[in-house]
Amino acid sequence: MNFSTTLDTITQASGHTSKITKGNKKLKTLFSKLIAAFILFPLTVFAEWGLNMTQGVTQISQRVYDLHMVTLWVVTVIGVVVFGIMFWSIIHHRKSKGVKAAKFSHSTTVEIIWTAIPLAIIIALAVPATKLLIDMEDTSGSQITVKATGYQWKWKYDYLDEDLTIYSVLDSKSTEVSQLKSGLNPMESENYLLDVDEPIVLPTNTKIRILTTAQDVIHAWWVPDLGWKRDAIPGFINDNWAVIDKPGTYRGQCAEICGKGHGYMPIVVKAVPMDEYKMWVAEKKQAAEDMKNTADMVLTMEELMTKGEAVYKAQCLACHQANGQGVPGVFPALAGSAIAIEPANRLGHIHRIIYGKNLMPAFGEQLSDVDIAAVTTYERNAWGNDTGDIVQAKEVSEARDKK
Amino acid sequence: MGDKTKIKKTTIMLFFITLLMFGFGYAMVPLYDVFCQITGLNGKTVNVVTETNEKRIVSDRIVRVQFDSNVNGDLPWRMKAKQVIMNVQPGKFYEATYTVENMYNGDVVGQAIPSVMPGEASLYFKKSECFCFVNQLLAAGETKEMVVRFEVDKDLPEDVDLLTLSYTFFRAKPDNS
Amino acid sequence: MSTLAHDHDHAPSGIKRWIFSTNHKDIGTLYLIFALTMFFVGGAMAMIIRAELFQPGLQFVDPQFYNSMVTVHALIMIFGAVMPAGVGLANWMIPLMIGAPDMALPRMNNMSFWILPFGFALLISTLFMEGGGPAGGWTMYPPLVLQTGQAFPFLIFAIHFLGISSIMGAINIIATVFNMRAPGMSLMQMPLFVWTWVITSFLLIASLPVLAGAVTMLLTDKYFGTSFFDAAGGGDPVMFQHIFWFFGHPEVYILALPAFGIISQVIPAFARKPLFGYASMVYATASIAILSFVVWAHHMFTVGMPLKGELFFMYATMLIAVPTGVKVFNWMATMWRGSMTFETPMLFAIAFVILFTIGGFSGLMLGMTPVDFQYHDTYFVVAHFHYVLLTGAIFALMSAAYYWLPKWTGYMYDEKLGKIHFWLSTISANVLFFPQHFLGLAGMPRRIPDYNIQFADFNMVSSIGGFAYGLSQLLFVYIVIKCALGGKKAKDRVWEGAKGLEWYVPSPAPHHTFETPPKLTKEMLEH
Repeated sequence: MNFSTTLDTITQASGHTSKITKGNKKLKTLFSKLIAAFILFPLTVFAEWGLNMTQGVTQISQRVYDLHMVTLWVVTVIGVVVFGIMFWSIIHHRKSKGVKAAKFSHSTTVEIIWTAIPLAIIIALAVPATKLLIDMEDTSGSQITVKATGYQWKWKYDYLDEDLTIYSVLDSKSTEVSQLKSGLNPMESENYLLDVDEPIVLPTNTKIRILTTAQDVIHAWWVPDLGWKRDAIPGFINDNWAVIDKPGTYRGQCAEICGKGHGYMPIVVKAVPMDEYKMWVAEKKQAAEDMKNTADMVLTMEELMTKGEAVYKAQCLACHQANGQGVPGVFPALAGSAIAIEPANRLGHIHRIIYGKNLMPAFGEQLSDVDIAAVTTYERNAWGNDTGDIVQAKEVSEARDKK
Repeated sequence: MGDKTKIKKTTIMLFFITLLMFGFGYAMVPLYDVFCQITGLNGKTVNVVTETNEKRIVSDRIVRVQFDSNVNGDLPWRMKAKQVIMNVQPGKFYEATYTVENMYNGDVVGQAIPSVMPGEASLYFKKSECFCFVNQLLAAGETKEMVVRFEVDKDLPEDVDLLTLSYTFFRAKPDNS
Repeated sequence: MSTLAHDHDHAPSGIKRWIFSTNHKDIGTLYLIFALTMFFVGGAMAMIIRAELFQPGLQFVDPQFYNSMVTVHALIMIFGAVMPAGVGLANWMIPLMIGAPDMALPRMNNMSFWILPFGFALLISTLFMEGGGPAGGWTMYPPLVLQTGQAFPFLIFAIHFLGISSIMGAINIIATVFNMRAPGMSLMQMPLFVWTWVITSFLLIASLPVLAGAVTMLLTDKYFGTSFFDAAGGGDPVMFQHIFWFFGHPEVYILALPAFGIISQVIPAFARKPLFGYASMVYATASIAILSFVVWAHHMFTVGMPLKGELFFMYATMLIAVPTGVKVFNWMATMWRGSMTFETPMLFAIAFVILFTIGGFSGLMLGMTPVDFQYHDTYFVVAHFHYVLLTGAIFALMSAAYYWLPKWTGYMYDEKLGKIHFWLSTISANVLFFPQHFLGLAGMPRRIPDYNIQFADFNMVSSIGGFAYGLSQLLFVYIVIKCALGGKKAKDRVWEGAKGLEWYVPSPAPHHTFETPPKLTKEMLEH
């Protein structure tokens, strides 16, 4: 329905209105569809053509959608009336039809009318908008609080009531496909760039307060199905809330340009019933506990390299690139770089991963000892850095203490 | 044609306006701070109060205060609130403690920046003592307990039942330390 | 004045004529050629953007370079194409329209033009520096912009140069209009194009210095240890956004108001009927300009403002629809019962009214805070401001170019080619930008180099429209060159219904005009 109205505007805009506006509605829709079929030749036949805002899965998102539709209809009607009159004039008041120009150049009455009518329309729109806004800003009565922290380029989620932290990074499949000239076809993965390694889980029918902040630059947390987005600003927290009605998986993206990886830090929310949520929290807490105790794991070179490559792809590749060459002037190369090959820099290398430096984020909190050991091993042996170094988790664990 | 002196006058006046507006750009900085203090914009709490011994009116309302912490990108510190949440009575002073650890092998100076949400509530969040008032130096590997003493004003709007006090530790700028 | 010493049609020749010129027509021409060049430079960047977005996946450019294309495309189009084109038209036409021999400050005029090429050389050179060009968006939000490499100081100084140039241009325009009008022309008798430029000039003078201040603060934050926008030192990154948009919103009207002026000249000419509601046009323009200083925060509703602030900025923003509506209705009423013909300038003007209004509609939607939380930073916004700026401002500039081209060159342009250019531009611009509304509503954020496959189809359509639009503009260059070289001689009054003093001088307009003020008759003051 919305498609045909918008196409009306398109066709009017291109000056074809004369025929269309007079036609009945059916004809109009048919015509719109024909144009659509003609201009938009079938590309990927089964891809869903999103046309309109989502109604979402919260009462707020539904109200946002409704207000959007009301406004859209209001402006569409105004557009049809105003452009209709204009085109009537364009068709009839032509020199070629022998029309002599009138002389009038003002009329106080009509000028007052066409100031007053828009004013009235605007007031009529402002009333529901005000009500909705007041409700959206009311975070009181929330039952759980989740803090989303934007990083270049991933999200960290802290469940403040649970002492639980989750890092959410673009899934490795998308990472691989999205490399420049990767030669892989994105059309094959439905959730291309909208999938993460660790989705966050939220309970349904619960008022969830979502705080946003950032670690480095400004990001924005946006899941369209929740009906809003909010900036994540370093040094400040913002709050917003949602009550998710329906269980399901909802996807969103960072909405504020935050550098090179801006398009590569999606958000995935899994909404589940409360008891399932509680189980998930317990599981994750256990997993976090387990992660802390990896210092004694000893892996073979081969295992370390496989694991290291996986970690590298998920965490490091966006900046240092698949070939370890980095981006000149912005992100340093690792291939052949002193820190990754010189024996004297071995501890420094581990420390750099744990603590970060300048643009390089600290991974100490996010990655376990064994993950850091694996990725260090990988970086010291890949892309011709063949140092033969094997770093075990124990060394990382000690490096943490050896500040 | 065109009166030369009049043109000169107009031009000078316009240049003056230009300079004035350049100054106005800078004047927006203090104006913005004032604006933030009045409206609670950006949730910075600058309300410092001194505790006195006089009897205080304590409301019997209970509101929850949630403690949160962040460490900015280039600071090798770890920070954690000792208490996740506190039930407080508006009008009464409380103390909250954060544990802050320097994981670096050298001295580092940090500065904590507070932020309170919801924004309107930040106007009613008052501190008498806070580690965020000054820079904090942590020696290599040092762990320190940092304290904030605060009250929630009794005039806190009725619809606020949960406040979040969030600190972000930044590496202190050299000229400030 | 030493007019007697001049041979009236003699212009100094060679390169020196252009470098040292203080003649408003020469400088106007320089501005216009410069703007057209920049339009193609910025356009080439847009083509790179659209090529990358043609399909999902990353085919051509690195995301960092993509971001710098997005950033520099915007800066070039705003400061390099639309603004200089507007100033060029003002230079050429304002003295002619108010019966003045030249601009009030000819030497400053020369300087304000010649700063531009240096400013842009500086800006474009950053693309070749280590670390790449500025890539944080044209809005330059900290802390992201502070991550810019070597390019950073060059970006800031380029902005300073462009700002200084525009401010000098604005001062010149105001000084000219206030002091150089032919005797007998009151302010309320000036053509509307002149009025819109006076108001635009005040906007420039009031807003650009604020931008200069903001970017200077960025510079000192990065290199001199100040903490205006650094939370660590007690600053606030959001404050930059407030200061930036305090400039940024008036800037939108700096681009749009001269377009309103052009349309208010063109429509009466081809409707052969006086402009409807002249006085209300002036008041509407002034109120839009004043309102533009109190709506800035609608660009940043999502930063988290207090409820009262959000409501204030929402109401103020929605209020702008009223004077804007008045203008659209006035144009309609001007056409009403006119005796219209549809030469290329008129076609562009009509397309402007319709397409700009569509951009206005989406603007009203964006102004409503609760729904803006969904629209913000999506392709819906991209569609909105391109409707307002491309099919708005640039269509008006095209209309102006066709309208006055015969006056500038002395020859008629090729009407048939002009019409082809119009239809190609209008259709392709809509194919380019209309689907972006859908993309935004369906959830595609702006400024991303790659996207989920659900957005693939509309992006491909949009890219096809983009390439078509880009190619169509080459036709415009051909038409202009052809017209400059010869063709049917233009009459003094090129268009039958055209009103205003510029049509009382010969075509092409001689190097010096109105050296003695014209004696104004009632007819000459009609609009």
